[in-house]
Amino acid sequence: MTGMEAMSANPLDLLPEILLLFGAVAGLLLGLWTPRGRQARVRTVIVVAALGSALAAAIDLAQPDKAVFDDSWMIDTTTGVVRITVALATATAVLLASSWLSGHPRETEAYVLMMLAALGAIALAASNDLLMLAASYLLASIPLYALAGFAKDSRGVEATLKYYLMGALVGVLMLVGIAALMLAAGTGNYRELAAALPQAPTPLVALGIIGVLAGMAFKAGAVPVHFWVPDVTAGTTPVMAAFITTIPKLGAVAAAFRLVAEPFAQVSLDVPLLVAVIAAASMTLGNLAAFQQTEVLRLLAYSTVSQVGYMFMVVAVAGHSVYTVPALSIYLAAYAVTNLGAFAAASALPKAGQIEQWANGVRWRPWLVLSLTVVLLGLVGTPPTAVFVGKLAIFTATADGNLIWLFVLAAVNTIASLFYYLRWIAPAARAAFAGSDRQAGTDSTSVPVLAAPAVTVHATAIASVLLGIGAGLWLAVIA
Amino acid sequence: MLLSVVIFLPVVAAGMLLAFPALSNRAASWLWVIVAAIDLALIVGMWAGFASNSAAAPSGIVDGIAYEVKIRWIPTVDASYHVGVDGLSLPLIAVTAVLFLAAAIWSLREQKRPRSYAALFLFLQTASIGTFAALDLILFFVFFDLSIVGMYFVIAGWGHGNRRRSALKFFIYTFVGSLALLVGFIGLFLGSENRTFDMVALAANPPLIDSPLAAGLVLLAICIGLAVKTPLFPFHTWLPDAHTDAPAAGSAILAGVLLKLGTYGFVRIAMPMLPDAWQRWAMIIVIAGVVSVLWGAFTALAQTDVKRMIAYTSVNHMGYILLGLGAAGLVAQADEQARAIAVTGAMVQMVSHALLTGSLFLLTGVLFSRGGTYAFDRWGGLARPAPIFAAALGVAAFGSLGLPGLSAFIAEFQIFTGSLQAAPVATVIAVTGIVITAGLFLVALQRLLSGKTQVPNPAEEPANRATNGRHAGVVSPAEPTETGQQPARRDRNVTTAVDDDTVSQATFKDLHGRELVATVPLLVLSIMIGLFPRPLLDVIEPAAAALSSLAGR
Repeated sequence: MTGMEAMSANPLDLLPEILLLFGAVAGLLLGLWTPRGRQARVRTVIVVAALGSALAAAIDLAQPDKAVFDDSWMIDTTTGVVRITVALATATAVLLASSWLSGHPRETEAYVLMMLAALGAIALAASNDLLMLAASYLLASIPLYALAGFAKDSRGVEATLKYYLMGALVGVLMLVGIAALMLAAGTGNYRELAAALPQAPTPLVALGIIGVLAGMAFKAGAVPVHFWVPDVTAGTTPVMAAFITTIPKLGAVAAAFRLVAEPFAQVSLDVPLLVAVIAAASMTLGNLAAFQQTEVLRLLAYSTVSQVGYMFMVVAVAGHSVYTVPALSIYLAAYAVTNLGAFAAASALPKAGQIEQWANGVRWRPWLVLSLTVVLLGLVGTPPTAVFVGKLAIFTATADGNLIWLFVLAAVNTIASLFYYLRWIAPAARAAFAGSDRQAGTDSTSVPVLAAPAVTVHATAIASVLLGIGAGLWLAVIA
Repeated sequence: MLLSVVIFLPVVAAGMLLAFPALSNRAASWLWVIVAAIDLALIVGMWAGFASNSAAAPSGIVDGIAYEVKIRWIPTVDASYHVGVDGLSLPLIAVTAVLFLAAAIWSLREQKRPRSYAALFLFLQTASIGTFAALDLILFFVFFDLSIVGMYFVIAGWGHGNRRRSALKFFIYTFVGSLALLVGFIGLFLGSENRTFDMVALAANPPLIDSPLAAGLVLLAICIGLAVKTPLFPFHTWLPDAHTDAPAAGSAILAGVLLKLGTYGFVRIAMPMLPDAWQRWAMIIVIAGVVSVLWGAFTALAQTDVKRMIAYTSVNHMGYILLGLGAAGLVAQADEQARAIAVTGAMVQMVSHALLTGSLFLLTGVLFSRGGTYAFDRWGGLARPAPIFAAALGVAAFGSLGLPGLSAFIAEFQIFTGSLQAAPVATVIAVTGIVITAGLFLVALQRLLSGKTQVPNPAEEPANRATNGRHAGVVSPAEPTETGQQPARRDRNVTTAVDDDTVSQATFKDLHGRELVATVPLLVLSIMIGLFPRPLLDVIEPAAAALSSLAGR
């Protein structure tokens, strides 16, 4: 940090965010004057804006780290990674959602809300000031409440209500935390907090840290504020669940990483231990709960809770190992790709709620089963997929940061996670094998398979393997 | 470059099989044979090149590696695509290619989804050869894990009996093992001076020299991971189930190749990278080996099912390998030469076990294809209708029990010679294992080949009923858990017991065509190694000497 000279208020520094915002506004205006049948053009605008945002972020990576707009917005590797992954994941999620939204009366609104939520996720990651963080939290939350209940059915409305109430509660907790920290340090700026917090009264700091971390844990869907995850995931439509469980997590984990690495680094409390306990509880409880599930979406919901556990491992050792930033970079990207793929598999057969129904529906689609296998084994962390490289990096960072117990627990949890992913893979593979045994398609009970999500599954499976093999390249780009 | 072609040729062929559905099933099976043959031919070429150069570079592991390729992969943790061959890996790569070719020929008549079957085996071949050729821990792990995934689908998709349960058990056991291995690898990485996953660098400059506790724990994690795969007592319980329910070619690959991934890990990773810890815990390794020898032998003796019996003898044979490798770590008790002999024996045992057990499993596949069961008491007097089958089974069984003139004798003799000085008591106990194996193989031959000719009717066997009458995707609740384990319950009338030669010849067809072409070369190779071991030993011995000196640091 070179001090004041590095700070600027050049709007071009925020080009990736501006492009997202522009996409949202342009999409909304265009949608207003577009007949319902031709809303595909709105989708094009939105996707192009998201891709442009990712491109702008990628170009921006070449520049040195800088804090802009009065030191409230940090642009560094972490922000860059979140900008790129969120923008690309949003573009993918929009295309995926089109399978359900196409022709929907409020199609444009959904895309716009998705763009705004994506903007919120990036803002969370880039926040370098507590007040900025609070604003980002709201921007990343409110569009999602609307998206969760977008279908306006009873399950969706119930899920939204739960999500909203919990979000409001945790939001208040977080505001109390922010107030406490600002009271203790007299500032909201991360750099100044890092200097002031070690001298501040411990109870106030403790209250503040717990509140702020609770907010991030809620957005990420970590234990103990994970209760909304299964309800929202199973209550909303699969395409919305794909978005809600992927995009905000990226921003929240990066925000927690920044908080622990910078303002909380020097405090007298054992913050790494607190985060490590959150990580351990998330991965363990997520796995244990997932064992019981017979519904595709609920299984995936708990799978995302356990995935957050692995991501928080790297937050726990933030600043204690040289491997944390590469580990976070690769894991966030890997998670986004793989999780979208898994939810796309669920979206491909929206009528098949139960795993058995899903398996029966893909009887004549061995390729889909193959891609599903790649994606789900990817979530376990089987090489050579991207999550394997991510897990390897995270495990290495955790062991290097001397949290050996967490490292061992994560390895055990990885084994445990195999069981429930196999509970999906095995019936699907069995059905596919059986399907190819009997050549003719005579089964009248077959569930229709949607094309766009199926393509997404294949694409993410390929991307997951390519990102795993090309991990070195990706790390070279973002470094 | 040549080595990379050898590694990836099969998986590229597998991709082609899947990408061109227009290819007929028969063409797919033949393509598999051709690709496996090309791969073997390339490896033979590599062997010739290696053997002509090896006189100049006398060792392996840290130097004298041939066909080396190193491409940076994940620079932040110094992981790279680093492959190469030396005296330890080349024989195993060669025997892998031989076994996969045998499996390909064996499966020419596969009726059940032959295209996917061929693609899976080709994928497995890449994973296996890649593991042996890998010179980077992460690359090793990648291939190691992929072999598990491939084998899971082979058992689950083409096995018989209670295949899904067995496949799952196999997957979970070996996956747990691989995770332990990964934990160990990360330990090695963090303990190394330059923070690298490169095997050559780690072996040249062993990590964790000055922290014995950490080195011991890392060795423990690695040993658990490899012991599950090998398998050693008490981590072997997945093995008999997986073998019994796997298809014949799958069993041959599982026993012949995949088990070697475990033992190979000991010589490639555990011994040279943690020499200090290996020496400290060598006695435990020796004991683990001897327990596996005895446990495998005695449990095999109690089996009523041919395939399960052979599966348990694998535990026994892997025990000898560990005995030899453990003895190589007992630096204080033995001189360098004896330890090198023990390591050489262990390496030869890996090759020999692959050939002999591979052929034994293919031969039991003959039983299953003719009669639908592996139970001893359903068969008898097969020597009369099927003399070639009897001869082949006899050679494989005698080879497996360590008869001089076959490869296993060369291996076990060297293991015992090398270990006797270091661990006399353990070695003497282990030798009794030979006696038990000899007994059990002779009993097995007697039950199957002599006496009244008895051939079960495949249609009446419960295992077959379960497979043939299975409705697509529906689990039959009546599937027996262990096929042919309870003879008392079974109706005796089913068996077609005949004294008349003409009838029995019609009921049990002798080895023929593809069966002959797949099994006999394995046995011929085993005899050749038994009679003329020099070409193999010329490759293994320098590397074994290098390894025992590295482990003795």
